[in-house]
Amino acid sequence: MEDALNRPVALPRTAADEIAPPLSPANLAWRRFRRHRMALVGCVLLISLILYAIGGSFVFTEAEANHNDTKIILRAPSAEHPFGTDDIGRDILARTIYGGQISLLIGLAAVLVETLIGVAIGALAGYFGGFIDSILMRVTEAILCIPQIFLLIVMSKFFAGDIPDVRMFGRTFSGSVVVIILIIGLTSWPYLARIVRAEFLSIKENEFILAAHATGTPTHEIIIRHILPNTVAPIIVSATLGVAGAILAEAYISFLGLGVQAPTATWGNMIEASRHYIGTSHEGAYWLWLFPGLLIVLTVLSINFVGDGLRDAIDPRSRAV
Amino acid sequence: MTRYIIRRLLQAIPLLFIISIVLFVLMKNVGDPIATLGGRTATRSEDRIRLRCQLGLDDPIYMQYVYWLVGNDWATPKDCDKDGKPERLGKLHGVLRGDFGRSLTVRKPVTEVIAEKLPNTLLLMIAAEIIIIIGALFVGIYSALHQYSFFDNVFSTLAFIGFSMPIFFIALFSMYIFGVMFKRWGLPYYFPVTGMYDPRVGPTVPQVLWHMVLPIFSIATISFAGYSRYIRSTMLEVMGQDYIRTAKSKGLPRRDIVMVHALKNASLPIVTVVGLDLPLLLGGAVVTESIFAWPGMGSLFLYHVGKGDVAVVMGILMLIAVAVVVFQLITDITYAWLDPRIHYE
Repeated sequence: MEDALNRPVALPRTAADEIAPPLSPANLAWRRFRRHRMALVGCVLLISLILYAIGGSFVFTEAEANHNDTKIILRAPSAEHPFGTDDIGRDILARTIYGGQISLLIGLAAVLVETLIGVAIGALAGYFGGFIDSILMRVTEAILCIPQIFLLIVMSKFFAGDIPDVRMFGRTFSGSVVVIILIIGLTSWPYLARIVRAEFLSIKENEFILAAHATGTPTHEIIIRHILPNTVAPIIVSATLGVAGAILAEAYISFLGLGVQAPTATWGNMIEASRHYIGTSHEGAYWLWLFPGLLIVLTVLSINFVGDGLRDAIDPRSRAV
Repeated sequence: MTRYIIRRLLQAIPLLFIISIVLFVLMKNVGDPIATLGGRTATRSEDRIRLRCQLGLDDPIYMQYVYWLVGNDWATPKDCDKDGKPERLGKLHGVLRGDFGRSLTVRKPVTEVIAEKLPNTLLLMIAAEIIIIIGALFVGIYSALHQYSFFDNVFSTLAFIGFSMPIFFIALFSMYIFGVMFKRWGLPYYFPVTGMYDPRVGPTVPQVLWHMVLPIFSIATISFAGYSRYIRSTMLEVMGQDYIRTAKSKGLPRRDIVMVHALKNASLPIVTVVGLDLPLLLGGAVVTESIFAWPGMGSLFLYHVGKGDVAVVMGILMLIAVAVVVFQLITDITYAWLDPRIHYE
């Protein structure tokens, strides 16, 4: 009898226990992200654009993309050249594929540079405050005072010159790609630095930081292991939107002829020549700018959608404009 | 308040110094201005050396910066033509004394070069800005009042697309439609795609207006997106406030609620955004001006960067930087004036 009382009561296991484990933050974020319909559309669009740029290189070789045939200058789109040919007779379809790889590479790599600088400066300024903070923030403000396009133009001139070609990912491309990545990264970090600084300022006042100090945790560990992980959400959102900004910046600077140099194609420098042919007898040569331009718009649009969805999902406090 | 303004102005001084030093060092290395001066007559190398000396290009870079800043009329004259006699004193007065130097390429004072182009840019950009603000106010307020309605969704989509579009795409698109297709469809009045006026007619008012249409359309399409989204979200936030509910329950007419109670409060953040954007109008849209061959500050900047003409480029950039600093201050003061809750100590 007593045994029966002491025996643990076996509660019937319900189906709900099996299928509803507690939601992790990642699960919650995914739930919020999923609700954002445009973000999902953006994801799908972005993946197909990446597949286009990478998968296309199995159809065309880079030599084909750079091969010019002066017999077929400025041909309108046809079965043989679905996107037409450019002003020296290169196939635009093949060039949008290889140009896309470079444009996407520049977008991602420039944001990497931007994030490294922005986080480092924001973290140092926010954590140490005082003199370091005021120096770093003056520099940040100084960069914000000049519109980015002006800085990009001056810096691309500054770094222009004989840059050796670069071999990477099995491709050889103009060294100006690396220069553009650097200058876009160098001119776009101030906003991120301000965000990170503001986060650091508020987080370092928490008790767990006081506890970390009390247990003698070294400063660099407090910054990297205790504060930085708490600022990851706004950094991810800002970096995602930063990729869109970097792709646009590359397009602008290449459009002005100061960006990536031929024969390496990018979506931006493919459009450079097109304005000279608008109003000529070649039907205005709309295919010169329409296809690379559309690819830029679609890429930036989908990244903006994804970034917007991410903001709602992982950084709900901040507000979309 | 006066103390606040004075403190802000004092803070701006080191800021402008940092900007000018960084830009000066960058600009001094963008290329050899002498190489672009040659023109049709090839310069001999001894002429080149003499020119570099006379223009002060062989001085160490920090001395060149000092000369740019405070002038070189006090410096010891150099002997550039090697005749044993030092030349006369330099003529620069320096930026701090209001002299931005002379352009190497067009041989005019920088202030004159900029003053020639500045009105063109301001004409284009202010007209565009007015159109953008009025249009964005209408669309933003309408979208906020009819959230998730058909038009709101259409405008939201368009705003996202406009936000993601490089300006040259819309510019080329509009040039193609209005300049090329209109001509082909036989429409008589196609819009001009380059320049500011027809040289045969001269800069008359209708000509300039006619040439402004496409550039303004391009600038407006891009900037409109951001503004209208911003106004929409501020209006939405204000419309959810308690005092709007009170106004509604008092039975006030809807027009009064929107125009007086909501818009007045929503205008605060809008003023900030517009105030901070206004100085950027000075630079003009570099890309737009270059596509439409509009003779403004943007094209001027591109041309002189290409020539390595440091004085003009520094003049343009410092003008923008000063304008940004001044407008930040003006915006903050306006903000405090509009919103009595804000006090600057």
